[in-house]
Amino acid sequence: MSGGLFSAKGLCKRFGGVQAVENVDLSIQEGQVIGLIGPNGAGKTTCFNLITGLYTPDAGQFSFQGKTYQPKSPNDVARMGIARTFQNIRLFNSMTALENVCVGMHCRTRQGVLGAVLRTPGQRNEEARIEEKALALLHYVGIGQYSNHLAAQLSYGDQRRLEIARALASEPKVLALDEPAAGMNATEKLKLRELLLQIRQDNIAILLIEHDVKLVMGICDQVTVLDYGKVIEQGTPAQVQQSPAVIEAYLGGLHHG
Amino acid sequence: MMSNTLTDRQKQIAGFLLVAVALAALPWFAGMLGNSWVRVLNIALLYVMLALGLNIVVGFAGLLDLGYIAFYAVGAYVYGLLASPHLTDNFEVLAAMFPDGLNLSIWLMIPVGACIAAVFGVLLGAPTLRLRGDYLAIVTLGFGEIIRLFLNNLNAPVNITNGPQGINMIEPVTIGSVRFSRTVELLGIEVPALHLYYYLFLALTLLIIVICMRLQHSRIGRAWAAIRDDELAAKAMGINTRNMKLLAFALGASFGGVAGSMFSAFQGFISPESFGLMESIVVLCMVVLGGMGHIPGVILGALLLSGFPELLREVVVPLQNALFGEVLVDAEILRSLIYGLTMILVMLYKPKGLWPQRKGNNAPLRVAA
Repeated sequence: MSGGLFSAKGLCKRFGGVQAVENVDLSIQEGQVIGLIGPNGAGKTTCFNLITGLYTPDAGQFSFQGKTYQPKSPNDVARMGIARTFQNIRLFNSMTALENVCVGMHCRTRQGVLGAVLRTPGQRNEEARIEEKALALLHYVGIGQYSNHLAAQLSYGDQRRLEIARALASEPKVLALDEPAAGMNATEKLKLRELLLQIRQDNIAILLIEHDVKLVMGICDQVTVLDYGKVIEQGTPAQVQQSPAVIEAYLGGLHHG
Repeated sequence: MMSNTLTDRQKQIAGFLLVAVALAALPWFAGMLGNSWVRVLNIALLYVMLALGLNIVVGFAGLLDLGYIAFYAVGAYVYGLLASPHLTDNFEVLAAMFPDGLNLSIWLMIPVGACIAAVFGVLLGAPTLRLRGDYLAIVTLGFGEIIRLFLNNLNAPVNITNGPQGINMIEPVTIGSVRFSRTVELLGIEVPALHLYYYLFLALTLLIIVICMRLQHSRIGRAWAAIRDDELAAKAMGINTRNMKLLAFALGASFGGVAGSMFSAFQGFISPESFGLMESIVVLCMVVLGGMGHIPGVILGALLLSGFPELLREVVVPLQNALFGEVLVDAEILRSLIYGLTMILVMLYKPKGLWPQRKGNNAPLRVAA
């Protein structure tokens, strides 16, 4: 595991009697798409929550852009440059799509109470910049025409896109997507795939949890397979597909009984 | 196109001037009906300030606060103590330092009241950061009662608040050479003190409205709305929820403090009785009835709930006398009845309030290029 953009070593997390994540290593180089797959309950989302500071790990070392860090709080991690989406969509439902993306820019903007109350030129410029960039991001993910719709009124697929736009607004180096294709139909999945490839081209690394094997195998550079909280295989999509351990985990083996 | 936008602008200015004239003339019309109505207006404006302050905490940031009146009390007592002889009467050191009384400027006392209330806001906010919903409501309720009990009992061993007797002989507001205690002549017009207070309260209310609106359409307002909608997602978006919540508590409390200090000056007398739980609930009702998070709605709620009981008081007795020849139902009882019924009906049929917020409340205001 050379320097790289992000790495996590020896991640462990136990919930009561359940070892949700055990000794997991993950690493991402710049511009890579890393897949994290595994059966339900394998510990994928727990890994995400550890990396993004939602849970405190029992053990594990993290490094980002060559520096080690302890993910103490989600807001620090976001500020550092790792943005995420959620498996069960968590948008700000009383706000419009545009406002949702504006919120994403919070940690990259500075205006405070005084600036806002006095509407200083700096604050006004920043607000204009926020609006402009938020709108551009909505177009980027392909829902620009819905900027003035309430987040809750968007279709399921568009809500997932909005979550991605909101995450991108925080100018991340790593974008962590938790099942972005869940609930999408075939056309939507195809468009999502294009969007993810575009994001990679713009030099943002992607950490992807996904059940859609075709999507994962199609765009990931490296895939890590989890089962019962442990890494059972790590490699290129082609290697992973051949692995007996993976096949057993997905299709079932005797020892799972 | 150009002329079109110009007329729009002109319309805006005309509308603005009309409202300004109406607001300026209001106390004179109310005064024709009797000075008590100007008083009602003034109290209504105090409630608007309170409701707008609570709206920051409850409406913007989504933190249910049942002890908000404590900040009103803090503001009132700060002003009361600084503008009455109570402190110099009870502390010889102070009497020696200020033989003629403290005599602080109103421009100093309003900010001091606001700041001390804000400090109390943070004191309440800090231990409750992890709480939400019902749990937060219980803690804030307790906080409000603690403040009231302190005010009630801090007359021994050292007499700071004068206990249940309250503080009296509070100086009225003095701006420059104008003392808000009797009718003064301004620009050749005889202006009663009540009207002077009206204009002062109106100015402060407008200031608070502008502050609230600008905050709502800013990075801060969006962060509050995000916390209200989904705290976890807000954190994941890089919002420091701790600081933002404390800011909401502090700002909301400071508006309460300003309203409190004005109440103190206006009444000339304060006692812990004025700051009970019921007052907190009334202010919360104003916010909820009007429309949580929506500034015009909250103002409407405050005006309705503070003005309506007065109207009732005025109408009920003569009406019953005319209809039945005697008073069957006491105005006070009828007031509670209608109050309760209104709240139930509004919550059933307009759960988001009479004038709920529409979308786009937190969007950046378009900046003219």
